[in-house]
This record gives sequence, C-alpha cells and structure tokens, in this order.
Amino acid sequence: MAIAKRIVLRFPQRLVDRPIVSRLVRDFNLDFNILKASVTPDEEGLLVLELSGKQSDYDKGIRYLTETGVRIQALSQDVTRNEERCTHCGACITVCPADAFELEPLTRRVNFYNERCLACELCIKACPPRAMELHF
Amino acid sequence: MAKTIAEINEKIKEGKAVVVTAEEIIDIVKQKGIKRAAQEIDVVTTGTFGPMCSSGAYFNIGHAKPRIKLGGGRVYLNDVLAYAGLAAVDIFIGSNALPDDDPRNRIYPGEFNYGGGHVIEELVAGKDVRLVATAYGTDCYPRKRLETWINIKDLNEAVLFNIRNAYQNYNVAVNLSDKTIYTYMGILKPNLGNANFCSAGQLSPLFNDPYYKTIGIGTKIFLGGGTGFVAWQGTQHNPNVLRSENGVPRRGAGTLAVIGNLKQMSPRWLVGTSMLGYGCTITVGIGVPIPILSEEILGYTAVTDADIFAPVVDYSGAYPQMKSDILGEVSYAQLKSGKIIIQGKEVPTASLSSYPRAVEIATTLKDWILSGKFLLTEPVAPLPGVDSGITFRPLKERPIEE
Repeated sequence: MAIAKRIVLRFPQRLVDRPIVSRLVRDFNLDFNILKASVTPDEEGLLVLELSGKQSDYDKGIRYLTETGVRIQALSQDVTRNEERCTHCGACITVCPADAFELEPLTRRVNFYNERCLACELCIKACPPRAMELHF
Repeated sequence: MAKTIAEINEKIKEGKAVVVTAEEIIDIVKQKGIKRAAQEIDVVTTGTFGPMCSSGAYFNIGHAKPRIKLGGGRVYLNDVLAYAGLAAVDIFIGSNALPDDDPRNRIYPGEFNYGGGHVIEELVAGKDVRLVATAYGTDCYPRKRLETWINIKDLNEAVLFNIRNAYQNYNVAVNLSDKTIYTYMGILKPNLGNANFCSAGQLSPLFNDPYYKTIGIGTKIFLGGGTGFVAWQGTQHNPNVLRSENGVPRRGAGTLAVIGNLKQMSPRWLVGTSMLGYGCTITVGIGVPIPILSEEILGYTAVTDADIFAPVVDYSGAYPQMKSDILGEVSYAQLKSGKIIIQGKEVPTASLSSYPRAVEIATTLKDWILSGKFLLTEPVAPLPGVDSGITFRPLKERPIEE
C-alpha cells in the first residue's frame, strides 16, 4: 500500500553533518519532499518532510531513522489554532498555500484542517489576532 | 403605521417588542413584504467586528502621593507610549501606539506584535498593566518619576473613545505590482494574487440605515461587549459619495465616533490586532439597533450583500499615490463567494472583518432588547447627511520655506 506522510525530524548535534535522509531513497525506496529545513543555534537539525512510498518501506525507513537517533513527530501537531483568539475573520484563507483553511459557506466560520498544513508558517504572522501558533 | 421610539420602548418594557437581526430581516421581507414586516417588526439589530484603527481609550489613574503631573511628561503603559498632553493624571492611549523599542519596519515586514490595542485588551481583561512615567516636577506636583502597576478596577475612569469606527463601505484591496505588499488591508500577493475586503456587508450598521435616518448622536449601541453611544460623526464622515438606487454608498462614506465605559466591556469584543508590515490596531465589536419607524426605514434594513457594491483599489499604486482610479466594483455577494473577477482574472477573496462575530453581535443586541435590559435612545442630533455639503478633503500641502 502506497502512503504519504508529513513528519518532523530532529537531528541531534552529532548527526547534523551525516548523510541520513539520502538513505531513505537509496535503501528504502522512499521519496521525500523537503517542506522545511533548518539548523538551530544549538546545532540541532530540524527537517520537515513529506515521505511517500510503500507502507512496509515507510515503516522500515522510520525504524532506521529512530535507530540512528533521529527524533520523529507527526507534523499535524505543530501548527495549532488558539480557538480563544481566532475571530473567524478569514484573513488566513488566501495566505495559505495548502488550502488548510476553508470557510463554512453558511456561517462563514473558518475551519482549519491541520492535516493539510505544510508548516510553512505564513499564517502565523498573517493572522491579525495572532491566533495561529507554532509548536516545534 | 409610523411608530415612535417611545412606543417601541414601551413594547420592550412590556416584553412585547419584535426584534430581528439585519440578516433575519432579509427572508422575512421576502416572505411577508415590506408593508407587513414593517407593521410587525419593531427593531432590526446590526453588527460589525473588524479592525478599526482610530480607536483608543482615556483613563484617569488617580493622584499619587506625593503628586505627579503627567501632563507634559511621558507615560508608558506596558512600554507603549500613551498621550500625556492633558491634566495631571488623565492619559489617552491610541490603538496604533507602539513601544519605543519596537523595530517597526526596520526588519521588513515588521511584526507589530504588541501595541496600544493590546494594552486596551489586557486592561479590559482585568490584567495588571505597568505604568512608567516621567514628569518635570512643579511646586504643587513635585514628583518626577512614577512606576506602578495599574488595574482597570482601580482607575477613576476608563473610557473607550473611538473617533472613527464602523465605516459605511470600504475598499477591496488588491496588488497590481510584481511583489508582495503588506498593508492595513492585510498581505496582498503580487499580480492580483488575492483581494481583501473589510465589512460585514448586509449586517453592517450604516448599510442598514444608509441616510442616517435613525442613527444619530446619542444613539445607544453595543460597544466592545458592553453598551456605548454614538458621540459624533466619525472623522472622514463623507455622506456625499456615489450611491446606488437603494441609497447604499458605493464608496467609503459615513463613519461613527463612539464612546463607552471600558469597565463594562469585554476582551472578546476588543481584540489587540497586528497587521504584518503595517502596525498595531484593535478589532472592535459594534452593534447598532435600528428602530422601525416607517416602511422606508424597514426597506433599508432588508438590503442584501448582492445589493451592496465596493470599489476595487490597487494598494501598490493608486492608494499610496492618492489617485482615485478604481479597477471596478464588486458586490459583497461576489466577495463572499470566495472569488471575484478583476481585469479578466479570477482572484481569491478574504475578509478582515469577522462575519460570524458580526452575527453574534446582532444576536446579542437582539437578546438584550428582548430581555428588556436595553432600551433604545432618541438621537439628540442627526449625523450630517447628503445635504450637509460635507466633503472629504485631501491635505492642502503648503511647503514651509525658511
């Protein structure tokens, strides 16, 4: 079964200068699309990937990453909406490249589908009441 | 059928008034017609919840011991500069005020995470706010420095006083240039990448009383979750613009100055707001009741989004350069469909004003009136109308030569 999942990888300092993700392609037949990559000041590496391939290959790839010392978490947990602050104005809708925000046509309430979120962070500063929050 | 406000108030007190929102009235008029609806309905409630920059609040903080004269000194609330050009302990804070050390747009686009609007929101929420002031000292007000926490409950007065709110219509903002721009109308993507609008449309107060026949100075309103009053016409009030046959302005037109006791308002309806690359402001909730004094007045309240048109303006060129060119007109029904056509291109739309919250305001005001706790007021003077001769003047700039 073919799957595609968006995940956040954190590389401890000792792994930052090693080729790791390339092995996902070579040894596990997985495709990846880099959504975000950075090295923090304390030299932890952060990589947001969409990984796609067969479920069995995906599971093996994830096992490999975990054994190497990479910490993995699902992306959808990372951008959240503070429901107290959101006013449902809709300013986020045209800013989001992934169509993660949608208007309910009747009520004009804004729904946030975080499974579509790429964690590009454009909405964070575009939100006038600053209701969108990033938790990396 | 002509009713008076006094008669409507009697019905409110007896619990017999019929009150509907400016959204509900649309279907009622479709079903029953204007004549019957005008007989049956006493009040139509409106609402709007959007960023409104010309908003602020004034406070009397009480006298310190020994005394300090803040007037002519400098005062900060949570590091945000407040205006201190008044008497000893009266200060005013505007929603756009910023801390001195905010980088503004030096790091472009500036984030503007905290400003005067946020200070007002925190005060209303009952949070302690840090006041730091310096003064020059006088014989009767000897103190030169004051650092203290203040809380809204301890202030003598805390009054929201917004000199321009509830704009009757507004531009639809787009960007014709080839780079993203950051405006008070939000982020505008290049080459007509998006279009932002800011009005509750059919629910917005002044769209439902286009000629200001009931809304006047002294009208009691929903303001920031509490009650307030229309204090005056707002700044830039400009009744003499192009109007449709139904009387609705096709350009930015009338505005309201509003005032109310901040102590009875709520942070749900006064929200500190940040416009990336532009600045800080505050999102304000306003609802105005419209007494149905005649069939004509009821007819105005039945206006729908399809009957209200707004101009599309290029914020990369025409707007900053003060040119009056527009790229066309679109209805609020088109805007709310999620896309409009400009210069043959399909452009996605987004709103800066919250329609669900506008509905909530109109509904809350309706409930207040139905429960008998909110009576209507008779305006003490009308707002300037189309026959007032008021025009909206640009600055007449005269260079100062030394």
